[in-house]
Amino acid sequence: MSVVTVQLGQCGNQIGPELFSTVYEDSTGAGRKTYQESSRERFFWETSDGVLVARSVLVDMEPKVISQAVAKASKSGKWRYGEKAHFCQKQGSGNNWANGYCVHGPRHKESVEDLVRREVERCDRLAGIFAMMSVAGGTGSGVGTFVTQCLRDMYPQAFILNHLTWPYGTGEVIVQNYNSVLTLSRLYQLSDALVVHENDTVHKICSRLMNIKHISIGDINKVIAHQLGSVLQPAYTGDSPSNYSRNPIGELLSSLVCHPEYKLLSLCNIPQMSHTSLAYSAYTWPGLLKHLRQMLIANARMEEGIDWKVCVPSSRGDSVRTGQMGFNRSLANLMILRGKDVSSADAGAFKDPALYVPWLPPDGTFSLWNSPVPFNGYEKSASLVSNSQSLLKPLDNMVRKAWNMFVSRAYMHQYTKFGISEDDFLDSFTTLEQIISSYSHL
Amino acid sequence: MGVRTVCFCRRSDGGGGGATGSRISGLRARAVLVDMEEGVLSEVLQGPLRQLFSTTQLISDVSGSGNNWAVGHHSYGSVYREQIVDQVRRAAEQCDCLQCFFIIHSMGGGTGSGLGTRVLKLLEDEFPEVCRLVTAVYPSAEDDVITSPYNSVLAMRELTEHADCVLPIENQSLVDIVSKIQHMAHTGKPGSVIKKDSTIISGQGGVAKTEKPFDAMNNIVANLLLNITSSARFEGSLNMDLNEIAMNLVPFPRLHYLVSSLTPLYTLADVNIPTRRLDQMFTDAFSKDHQLMRADPKHNLYLACALMLRGNVQLSDLRRNIERLRPTLSFVQWNTEGWKTGLCSVPPVGHTHSLLALANNTCVKPSFMELRERFVRLYRKKAHLHHYLGVDGMDVSGFSEALSSLTGLIDQYSQLDSTNTAPSQDPPRLNIAC
Repeated sequence: MSVVTVQLGQCGNQIGPELFSTVYEDSTGAGRKTYQESSRERFFWETSDGVLVARSVLVDMEPKVISQAVAKASKSGKWRYGEKAHFCQKQGSGNNWANGYCVHGPRHKESVEDLVRREVERCDRLAGIFAMMSVAGGTGSGVGTFVTQCLRDMYPQAFILNHLTWPYGTGEVIVQNYNSVLTLSRLYQLSDALVVHENDTVHKICSRLMNIKHISIGDINKVIAHQLGSVLQPAYTGDSPSNYSRNPIGELLSSLVCHPEYKLLSLCNIPQMSHTSLAYSAYTWPGLLKHLRQMLIANARMEEGIDWKVCVPSSRGDSVRTGQMGFNRSLANLMILRGKDVSSADAGAFKDPALYVPWLPPDGTFSLWNSPVPFNGYEKSASLVSNSQSLLKPLDNMVRKAWNMFVSRAYMHQYTKFGISEDDFLDSFTTLEQIISSYSHL
Repeated sequence: MGVRTVCFCRRSDGGGGGATGSRISGLRARAVLVDMEEGVLSEVLQGPLRQLFSTTQLISDVSGSGNNWAVGHHSYGSVYREQIVDQVRRAAEQCDCLQCFFIIHSMGGGTGSGLGTRVLKLLEDEFPEVCRLVTAVYPSAEDDVITSPYNSVLAMRELTEHADCVLPIENQSLVDIVSKIQHMAHTGKPGSVIKKDSTIISGQGGVAKTEKPFDAMNNIVANLLLNITSSARFEGSLNMDLNEIAMNLVPFPRLHYLVSSLTPLYTLADVNIPTRRLDQMFTDAFSKDHQLMRADPKHNLYLACALMLRGNVQLSDLRRNIERLRPTLSFVQWNTEGWKTGLCSVPPVGHTHSLLALANNTCVKPSFMELRERFVRLYRKKAHLHHYLGVDGMDVSGFSEALSSLTGLIDQYSQLDSTNTAPSQDPPRLNIAC
């Protein structure tokens, strides 16, 4: 079962190649033939000369990033992008969501749809579509939202997962909060789930855990690719305990997205360290799982600086009280363990009903996948995909800042000139306040 | 020729003739040069860059505009309208994808100021969707052209209404920067030798052999334009193109005057002297000595700020410096984290790294107020007014409207400044029924 990736804008086209490299390298190695076959089938197809080609469509409104991505892959000699798998223009979207969504999207709809159709038809069976984009700019966010809409229309039954990169809180793009609000409000309806990475969080992982002195965008992207790879690589699941699951995205969605009002998924993965430290570290499953559990309930995204004082409330008090105690309530969690002695790992502590909302059936809240194959050089690694309150605060901040700006009507003329009105903004704000309210009252 | 040169030049059809071994043969500048007297244009046609321009790209007349905006705008504007539109259209048709117009002129004279702003309007009419970025050189207070305040204010109204972005430059600031560099170069102190071609006043990599009077100052402006377009010409991990600059830095249509600064001014030659730290480069970008107009953004209110970093600088250096400098700067209440950032891998010639800062900041207000003062002093006495009113198409309402446009602009900045003192509180959020 194969995944078709759609890389949108600069961010999508920078993370995408890292993801393909990560899964390629991970699937290469001794003693993992079925793993390799499953992984390769999921992400690549093979030409008659035995060259691996990524199942990916690259879309951008300016050419430089796509050229770089394609060239770098070709040079690696290990895998490459399809020759005609990309679509780009020259003038960019100018960080303007409205320009991306109202102008570029419709203008190039057919070309992009053709490219995706070709990739989808090449798959024996489609596991799902994985769209990668940022929310801060103009193309990933605006064109990305439009393309997601087209994909939803083209494939109403397919699973569509959107990977979103949220920008640094202290700006990369001044209108990033507007672009984010417009994107999130619409994607919420269109997508099956939104998997989010925040640049601030990943940056901290790079600086504190991986000890990188001069962090580059490439470093950030490698961490994101590692975390995504740990979820998307083959694993044994509840539905498929003795063969690698052929429906990973479907199973992920059914484990985590029980209600259309709750689609925000966060991701964490431990351990994370620099490659030089890898050789000197030894972890036990109990140790890893203990940290991961506390990370979940205290809403820490990395294994440093965890607040061990936060504990699971013994009684279901009102959410305000538990919120003040710093407790992060979950709707559902999916844990993926990879590596040595994985069957000995005991994840019982994650099944505690007190971690979850009481109105969901307890057997639907926690799912566990595993694979005995060590992932990306880590002897043992544990990932947790969470549908919880962990993204509530960043989302609220984003909406607060966007609202502040909106009240003063700053930059409105830049959006209205392309066809997005103040009412469109109000609709988006309403949608997001609703989502914030839903997650706050878990 | 790769992307880099294609941006500003195109291959001439039939290949260029001219000197063999010349790097620029076969290229034509994507440009239209307009002047109502012949001196400067003749020099270009005889100078080392002559191959870049075909004579049809140059539009000129004989007698000049007499430092009279009305003559430039109305008289020559009408006479040469067709020809200018024609040339611009021809140049535009040679582009695969036209992204932006750079309009470069001074404010104090007659042609640049008058005809220049007429061209601005014309570009808006003929190419409404293409961004118009104006580099405008404002006269200093000690300018020897008596009517420069009239010309500048009349032109400003056009810029406010028809430009997407304006980069005001003041000659005095350029002079100060040039002296600073030359002073550094001539102190003779050990460790103060500047690396050849590494200043922002040298035409690094340029073709000219001898320096002409305004060359040093003009090179600064040229470097500004090179830095602004670096992301369009070279690769980088975080691209920032011209449309993004206009989008992020202009929150309200008329408030589009951006103060620019370039650092470092030079690189020291002696490798044993520790290079001025990267962080110093960021600090300098916000100091009033590095601004290309006399303005102090650090002590005024920011509406938005863009940083374009070139060379071997990483994301973490950028973030660290933003974190460090943020508390020292005032941002408007609705844009407290108003930063637009870009990273381009290729540094300017002669440097290992460089930084361009563009600020939409109320610090332009004092300069505009001074300009208005100088205008009013003349206007009150009706000095030289008859030279303008005698021109067909120009009447008194032109003056009063230009004045009120400038006053309105200054008021908008004042209003923003006043919000800075009020205690900031988030406006109440949208209430939804739960």
